[in-house]
Amino acid sequence: MHPIRKKRLTIVLFLLVGLGIAVGLTTYALRQNINLFYDPTQISAGEAPVDVRIRAGGMVEEGSVVRDPDSLMVEFKVTDFNASVPVQYTGILPDLFAEGQGVVAMGRLDGNGRFVADQVLAKHDENYMPPEVADALEKASKGQQKASGSAETVSY
Amino acid sequence: MWQFFHKLGSPKWFFGIAARLMPWLLAGGILLLMAGIVWGLAFAPKDYLQGNSYRIIFIHVPTAFLAQSVYVMMAVAAVVTLVWRMKLADVFVKSVAPVGLVLTFLSLFTGAVWGKPTWGTWWVWDARLTSMLILLFLYGGVIALDRAINDEKSAARAVSVLVLVGVVNIPIIQYSVEWWNTLHQPSTFKLTEKPSMPAEMWVPLLLSVLGMYLLFGWLACLRMQTEILLREQRTRWVKDYVLAGRG
Repeated sequence: MHPIRKKRLTIVLFLLVGLGIAVGLTTYALRQNINLFYDPTQISAGEAPVDVRIRAGGMVEEGSVVRDPDSLMVEFKVTDFNASVPVQYTGILPDLFAEGQGVVAMGRLDGNGRFVADQVLAKHDENYMPPEVADALEKASKGQQKASGSAETVSY
Repeated sequence: MWQFFHKLGSPKWFFGIAARLMPWLLAGGILLLMAGIVWGLAFAPKDYLQGNSYRIIFIHVPTAFLAQSVYVMMAVAAVVTLVWRMKLADVFVKSVAPVGLVLTFLSLFTGAVWGKPTWGTWWVWDARLTSMLILLFLYGGVIALDRAINDEKSAARAVSVLVLVGVVNIPIIQYSVEWWNTLHQPSTFKLTEKPSMPAEMWVPLLLSVLGMYLLFGWLACLRMQTEILLREQRTRWVKDYVLAGRG
């Protein structure tokens, strides 16, 4: 290769490597701010600020959804299979909201470790399947032990 | 190998090759894209959770895929421009930047339309969506910078540097869903594992992605041909070509 071109190529490579390192360090330093939500483990460990608008994300715990019969108020627990946080929300939930599904809730932590949400978004995972397959899988997993099946898919 | 590389730098040579390739790219692209979209929208089974609304994936994923790979191709061309001063590489960057802009916009738009019924919101400032928006601005910046500088050579260099600076955004888009907590789900297609959807869903998706690539190839050739004719308008071969009545 021509020496001038070699020199230019080196400059370009240095530019790219330098930029990569700079951006890498910046995003590493900002990693907490880039996360869209706190997970239940972080919240129960006290990493999330109290009474500041934050987001909490995780799976809706099986059997934890309690609807108030007279209003739109819903209470449920969000879990990451390590810790869980009780959430209170008043409003219309997205169609995909269900027990065992991922959600991201926006709101504030009150002093008692409860999360009062004013917006609940549903999160879905990268798995797609036809309804028949899902039914068949569900039957199969119910045939086996009930508890072990759900812990495999922690992709909230 | 170097001889081929230098030949590639000749606009006239590329013009002829492009003309021969284009019908195939167009036919293949339309065929694959139609097959993928018709199969995906009308015949593929619906998703157990999202029902029919997941079908937007057959448009969302190809556009998002292309938006990123077009940028990577532009970055490679930018290196070639900076190091080898090859005219054709600059022609490529200039011709495909608007295409990339439109693809990025389409992927953001279809994503928003998908987000409303599934997540419950059009937009959320998570790492994936935000980095994709930055990609849109990068494409816009590349086009604007190119228009802002009149001198062809200095424009080419400035644009190449901008494209290279922006390329750090691509791995961020790609891995944002793994590095951080995002609302956007991780990729369904992975290089190392089987796709996490059944074949009757991922085959049409793959077809539409391939179709989109071919269609992009056709569009790139067409736009590059136009750009070449503009830039080489004073040369003998362009005059002959136009006088021959094929222009």
